[in-house]
Order: sequence, then structure tokens, then C-alpha cells
Amino acid sequence: MRGWLRRDLRAAVCLAYLAGLVLLAVLAPWIAPYSPTAQKGAEALADPSAAHWLGTDDLGRDVLSRLIFGAPASLYASFLAVSIATGIGVPFGLLAGLLGGWVDRIISRLIDTLLSFPGIVLAIGVTGALGVGLTHGMIACGLVFSPTLARLARAQTLVVKNELYVDAARCFGASTGRILLKHILPNAVQPLIVQLTLLLAAALLAEASLSFLGLGVQVPQPSWGAMLARAYTYIDIAPEQMYAPGFAILLTAMAFNGLGESLRDVLDPTMKRR
Amino acid sequence: MSVPLLQAEDVLVQFPAPGQAPIRAVDRVSFSVAANETFGVIGESGSGKSTLGRALVCLNRPDAGRILHDGADPFALTGRAFRAHRRNYQIIFQDPNAALNPRMTILDSVCEPLEILGEATAAARRDRARAMMDRVGLSGSYAGRYPHELSGGQKQRVNIARALTVRPKLMVCDEVVAALDVSIQAEVLNLLAELQGEFGLTFVFITHDLGVVSHVSDRIAVMYLGKIVELGPAARVRHAPLHPYTEALLSAEPSALPAAMRTRERIVLHGEIPSPADPPSGCRFRTRCRFAEPRCAVDAPAFREVQPGHFAACHFVDQLTLQGPAS
Repeated sequence: MRGWLRRDLRAAVCLAYLAGLVLLAVLAPWIAPYSPTAQKGAEALADPSAAHWLGTDDLGRDVLSRLIFGAPASLYASFLAVSIATGIGVPFGLLAGLLGGWVDRIISRLIDTLLSFPGIVLAIGVTGALGVGLTHGMIACGLVFSPTLARLARAQTLVVKNELYVDAARCFGASTGRILLKHILPNAVQPLIVQLTLLLAAALLAEASLSFLGLGVQVPQPSWGAMLARAYTYIDIAPEQMYAPGFAILLTAMAFNGLGESLRDVLDPTMKRR
Repeated sequence: MSVPLLQAEDVLVQFPAPGQAPIRAVDRVSFSVAANETFGVIGESGSGKSTLGRALVCLNRPDAGRILHDGADPFALTGRAFRAHRRNYQIIFQDPNAALNPRMTILDSVCEPLEILGEATAAARRDRARAMMDRVGLSGSYAGRYPHELSGGQKQRVNIARALTVRPKLMVCDEVVAALDVSIQAEVLNLLAELQGEFGLTFVFITHDLGVVSHVSDRIAVMYLGKIVELGPAARVRHAPLHPYTEALLSAEPSALPAAMRTRERIVLHGEIPSPADPPSGCRFRTRCRFAEPRCAVDAPAFREVQPGHFAACHFVDQLTLQGPAS
């Protein structure tokens, strides 16, 4: 692990950034200079200053504090959505690919059905059914993401299950469960990991979209998406309001993607340096 | 007579082809293999020999007919009993690389069969795996390596060692040396010959290389388009072939004589092997046979015992004068 990080600068930077972010999220109440909901009407839309490093928003709330308090919501949202998508999508995809036949046909039609809805429409529908709120929004998001993962897992399984080493394992009397866990999953997991990190980034953006639409985090709780949504209202008079949450989302998404690519390399033994 | 170790009875293996009749890769093939015998199967690519090999170890289920292991149908077993039975009938594949999980170390791969069978403790399994690697000529320094770090010949040794850990009764060798350098081929063949005596193995040796098959086999079956066209003792098939296809295969062997001194003529088969999706009517070999007559397009020749233990499927088997191999 240490050797890997020393060799792979990108992975080290991404991991350090994400670790810092998690730390920030956990320690938010002690680190943030102000309360994220404390309003000072007189200082609305102020430029960055010594007192407010990143300025204030339209209600005079400290942007830096809201950014720090928004990190837990955003991270929680990403991980919740991706966990749900993985939990639903990967097992169904593996089963469809391995068993084939009518199991595959049913699961595949289900995937097609889910994919035929525009993602945001499906998310709004599910949020509508479950009720508004960040957790519900992200469950919806996980559902929307799950067919992508299921399809990828299925395609990978279809490729791997016909490999000769799977036949060899069968010949030694390996059970289906063993073949799935020891041979198919490890060889199918690589594109899945990459897809997962891409989805983490996408979930971050989805949280922003849902909060922007008022379906995610509820006022006055901060989240990066909600901040972006609010800043958007003032784009004519204070466009710089977009920068802080925008860059936070951008950097975090890039960190997830970068880590994903590094993981892909390190998980492939044929890429291992001697 | 005792029960043969392996029997194929009228085995048919077909693959669905969208929009047309299923492709019969193996079409009603019967033979039996006795314990400690080496049974050679020879044929061109597309003749169905690999599919037959897979069916023999239960990787393909016959659509008709039966495979019998020790006189019993393994497909009659279910679940755990079926899986436990499979250890006795192993296969070594042509592509040594594809047969190894790229994410498992060599030692893990060789240990896996014993792990599946739940034999011995983890430490004892590793010892046995290392001993078997040692036996097939692989140094212990490869244990922690991954397949991509080994050469083709080394990987094939790993596959052989892995199969031997479960002490199989019969081993199907499907083109085991075809993917290897010529210099390595002989080493691996010699290794297999040694192991046969040592472990009391029975081999089904599938190859397209007549030189390989006739030197290692006791009996040879010649396959063409999913059917066995000739079957007999290796020496008889080689020196006194009964089927025109076998004759053509023999004549295609390189000869160590200058062209002017060769007594036989080279029989060149024209065209590709016909598609198994649409095999010729009557005798399947008729489109490329130099003796073909109108009758061959109508009647499929019976597979009959022409001489004791020597079978062939040709209408004119008693009338043709076929040439033997290069001297």
C-alpha cells in the first residue's frame, strides 16, 4: 500500500485530498469559523475578507463555514447513492450474466425499463413517492444508477464466465458460488471499480441537482449543491458566489475519478511493476 | 472384459445457430478408452475434436447419446456428488495462459483443486502443490508469481501440475503442445509420458499433428466434420490407412526425402473443411475426396469394422488402394 502510493503520485494526492475532506466533514463544528446558519444581513454578498475568507452569501452567512458544513452532506449523499446502486446493481448483474436464460431475460428487461426513464425524472418520481429529503433523494439516485452497474456487471460476467480458467475450476468440481467469488468477481471487478468512482462523482453532482431543485438538502442546512443552487439566483449581481461550491464539487469529483483510475491499474496484476 | 474407463455412446453435441438448424459439432460418435491406454484423436480445426474433448469431461453436455465414466453416466449425478466425481476426469487445454486465472498466483492456482475438494490443511495443501510443481519441473521460485510472468511452456506445466494434484484417472490433453515452441513441445510430451507411468494415467490425446499423435497413442480416431471416419490401432492407421481422409492427412506430413526420391504422390485436399452448419449430403468427406462417386452424395457410409479392431466409414473401403505414410 505504501509502496503503491509512493510510486503513484496521483493516487497519493487524490487519497490525501479525500482523507482531508472526510476529516473536515467530521471536525466541521470545531473547524468552521462561524455557524453555517448564522445570518448577518448587513454583510450580504460580501467579498472575501480577513473575517470571511470566502465572503458571505445572500443572507450574510459565512461561505467557508457553509462549505465545511456542506461536506458531510455531500459525501454522505455520494456514498449512500453509490452503495445502494452497487448493492442492487452488481448482484443482479452477476446473476443475470452467470445464469443466463429466463433469469437474464427478466433482469435485462428490468434494466432496460429503468434505463428508458431520464435519470432525473425517475429520481424526482422516487423522491415524490418516498418524500423530500437528502436520504430519500439519494436512495432515488442509487436506484437510477443501479441499472448502469447491473449492465456492466452482466457484460463482464458474460465475458469472464467463458474463460478457460472457469472451465478448469468447474472440472475440479468448484461450486457456482466459488466460481462467482474466486474467479468471476475478481476478474470482472476492474471496470466496476472505475465505474463506481465515476458514479461517486456523478452522485455528488446529482446531489447538487436535487438540492438545486429543492428535493435534496432542505434549507437552511448547507450542502454544496444547495449552495450552488442559491448562488445561481444571484448570478447577475454576484457570479463569484458560484466558485466556492463549484470548485469543491469539481475537485472532489476529480479526486474520485483519479483514485478510480489508479485503483484500476493497481488491481491489475499484469500492470504491476517488478 | 472389464468396464472401459471412458465410453462415448452415440454422442451428439450441437450448438444453437440463430436462424438455422443447430450446428452439430460432434455428430453421433462412439468409442471407448481402456485404463492406461493413450487414445489419440486427430482432425483439422473445425472437426469437433475439442468439443468432443470437453464433452468427455462434462464441460459440454451431450444433446443425445451418453458419456460413461467407469460404466456410469456422470450426468446422472447431481450437485455435490457430480462435483466430487469430476476430479477423476481432467482436461488440459490448448491455451495454457487462458486456463490460469490471471489474478491468482501460481501457487494459489495449483492449490485450488485441493481446496475445492477440502483435502488436508492449508499448509499441507501448499506442500503438496509445491511437490507437484517440483515434479513437473517448475522451480519453487515461481510459486508467488502471476501467470503473465511465466512462459507458455511453464504455464502448461502449471496446468499439468494443477490437474495432477487431484490424482485423476483420465486426462484429456486438448492440443496441449500446439501453442508451444517446437523445442518445448518435446519436453512437455516427454513429461506427460513419464507422468503416465508414474500416476497410472489414461490419456485422450487430441491434436491436429499426426506426428505427435501417432508416436504417443495406442489407438487413433480420425475425426472429420464431427464424425469419426477411421479408428484403429495407431500402427495400422498410420501404415495401412483405410479411409481416403486419413491417407490425405498422412501424405501431408513433411517427408525427410528429396522430392525426386519420394515414391508416393502428395494428395492435396482442395478447399476448406465444409461448414458444420451445412455439411455435405451422404459422405461428409465426398467434396474433397479423390475417389468420390455419385453414390457418396446419396448414402452416408456406415462406420464398420473392416479388420479386427480397425473401423472406417467409407463405401469403397475394400476396393481402394491407399498409400501409406512417407517412409
